[in-house]
Amino acid sequence: MSNQKITLAKGLNMGLRKAMEDDPKVLIMGEDVGKLGGVFRITDGLQKDFGEDRVIDSPLAESGIVGTAVGMALRGYRPVVEIQFDGFVYPAYDQIVCQVAKMHYRSKGRNKMPMVIRIPFGGGIGAVEHHSESPEAQFAHTPGLKVVACSNPVDGYWMIQQAIASDDPVIFLEPKRQYHADKAELDESATPEPLFTSRVVRQGTDVTVLAYGPTVKTAMKAAEAAAGEGKSLEVIDLRTLSPLDMGPVLESVRRTGRAVVTHEAHVNLGMGSELSARITEECFYSLEAPVLRVGGFDTPYPASRIEEDFLPDLDRVLDAVDRSLSF
Amino acid sequence: MTQSGSPGFGPDLVEVFGPSQQDGGPELIQLLTPEGERVEHPEFSFGAGLSADEEAEMVRGFYRDMVLTRRIDTEATALQRHGELGIWAQLLGQEAAQIGAGRALRPQDYVFPTYREHGVAYCRGVDPLNLLGLFRGVDHGAWDPNENNFGLYTIVIGAQTLHATGYAMGMQRDGVVGTGDPERDAAVIAHFGDGASSQGDVNEAFIFAASYNAPVVFFCQNNQWAISEPIERQTRIPLYQRALGFGFPGVRVDGNDVLATYAVTQAALQRARDGQGPTFVEAYTYRMGAHTTTDDPTRYRLSDDVEHWKLKDPIARVEVYLKRNGLADDAFFEGVKAEADDLGHHLREGCKALPDPQPLSMFDHVYAEETEELRAEREGYAAYLESFEGSTTAGGHS
Repeated sequence: MSNQKITLAKGLNMGLRKAMEDDPKVLIMGEDVGKLGGVFRITDGLQKDFGEDRVIDSPLAESGIVGTAVGMALRGYRPVVEIQFDGFVYPAYDQIVCQVAKMHYRSKGRNKMPMVIRIPFGGGIGAVEHHSESPEAQFAHTPGLKVVACSNPVDGYWMIQQAIASDDPVIFLEPKRQYHADKAELDESATPEPLFTSRVVRQGTDVTVLAYGPTVKTAMKAAEAAAGEGKSLEVIDLRTLSPLDMGPVLESVRRTGRAVVTHEAHVNLGMGSELSARITEECFYSLEAPVLRVGGFDTPYPASRIEEDFLPDLDRVLDAVDRSLSF
Repeated sequence: MTQSGSPGFGPDLVEVFGPSQQDGGPELIQLLTPEGERVEHPEFSFGAGLSADEEAEMVRGFYRDMVLTRRIDTEATALQRHGELGIWAQLLGQEAAQIGAGRALRPQDYVFPTYREHGVAYCRGVDPLNLLGLFRGVDHGAWDPNENNFGLYTIVIGAQTLHATGYAMGMQRDGVVGTGDPERDAAVIAHFGDGASSQGDVNEAFIFAASYNAPVVFFCQNNQWAISEPIERQTRIPLYQRALGFGFPGVRVDGNDVLATYAVTQAALQRARDGQGPTFVEAYTYRMGAHTTTDDPTRYRLSDDVEHWKLKDPIARVEVYLKRNGLADDAFFEGVKAEADDLGHHLREGCKALPDPQPLSMFDHVYAEETEELRAEREGYAAYLESFEGSTTAGGHS
């Protein structure tokens, strides 16, 4: 098959299709995922090809979606549920945190919970409130869940399939503003890296920049701009948030001695806080500067006309890089 | 209950639901009165197609089941008082509701319980000793849910009704609904209480089940109390009447009448197995004991009410019926009592012998595929424990 240029939306759609072809136990459920193909069209065409029994338009109730998916998983299915927007996941919070996350543990491994909960996350699309949230830390804090975030079309294609194949429940975060933004070439015959691994996406020597989901692109732009000023940034796409894959991070920070973490989520008790703690615990004597965090401010997500001030951008990442270098 | 209708807003509650319904109201389905008299009901019957001997055998079986279930409950309560259990959720008074529902199941059906379904667990063949671990604090449920098609107890009120609905949706996709093969067709029963009926999850489960016509029976034991809150705090209409608003039938059965509960639940399960969708069964009963062993009902309810319900005891009426009609002799009752004593012994001795889990076992089964992070944390704690001189802590890998 010849390689094709695809968007993230297309990569996810193709990945879902492939997973459904490979395993008849894979079901998709969510609001508007059927004829409409989801509000972002990620499930476009799947109900037409796999039928209403496998691509299920659900009543408008998130706890109901996740709770019934628990039952389907107990019956031996592999449900992939779509939460329409990040801010709508909270009605399902109890089911995710108390039921999905704990079922394998409390049943002593007798009941597996192979469920994927897809959540379009992050801002930058000019949306009304509750449509631009970054709730990853709430789930990464919960034992029993695994949490990943894709950042590009090719990862979208592979990671969704790997998440579906996982016997553990996976919170699958998709940077919604990247859905239709960029195209990349997909080689369907390639062998993907394991799901729960981080990846160095740009090599550098001066500062390690850690990013995931939507901020990978921000970090890459920052690295490009910094190169023009003679500063060499190493960028790591974390990909997995729980578990963290600290190997590549620690290896990098031991070389550069400096780390900046960037995410759209609020800084306070966010992923950056955990990364900072772990880097400090493991690389204390290699550090030339404290680990710095660049993220959303500790406010509710603001009105969209000022969201670019809330979101970490190239300049704020570079500002943190400069502070790190001048420490 | 009385709320006068306003012009243009339809009939008032009394017009629709009738006057206040003491003792379950006229729509209470009953086949055996508290006095032990068999009564007829136009839609539901017990024993159809059975010979007199077979029918008597079943009633004796129910009696035995209820006595043993009550013994599980009284032994566990006593074990809590002796400090062997941290807490116990009592089912006293609800034996008929649970045995009637439990015995209506077929092996291929699946049960999603609350934390009070000890009688249903017993019907499913779960060793009652395995129920105690959760309350003793040595595990979160020791039985294999897949072995008896009996899920783990669910503590978060109502969450399991959604699991039941999803499981039923899975059955639909597996082609085990409405095939006409009694060995194959299956259904799910979701247990919950009157308090849970206020939960969003329960209402969402009703909506999903109705929308997909899922083969699930919503079995609500209305025991009149959610800890200290009476049923009036949960609903202004009889609970079973809610079902119609969701688009499926609801019935109220005398939950202290094992024959009626069995007949109604069996019919509801059969509707589900036949592909006719969900049913709401409200088993009208009473929580004779406390909510749990930590509760003190004297703070919020009248002993008069309890005395009133004592006259409706689910076991006494079956005993009267069996004796008056010469369907069981003294040897039978003695035999059941001896069996209950054996069960009590099994629970007392077994409970005290339940070992505390190894500390390191807390790290087991967090994931199907364990993470390196967790492995490192386990090893770190193991090393910490071993750093104490004379430590005998063994690894908890199972």
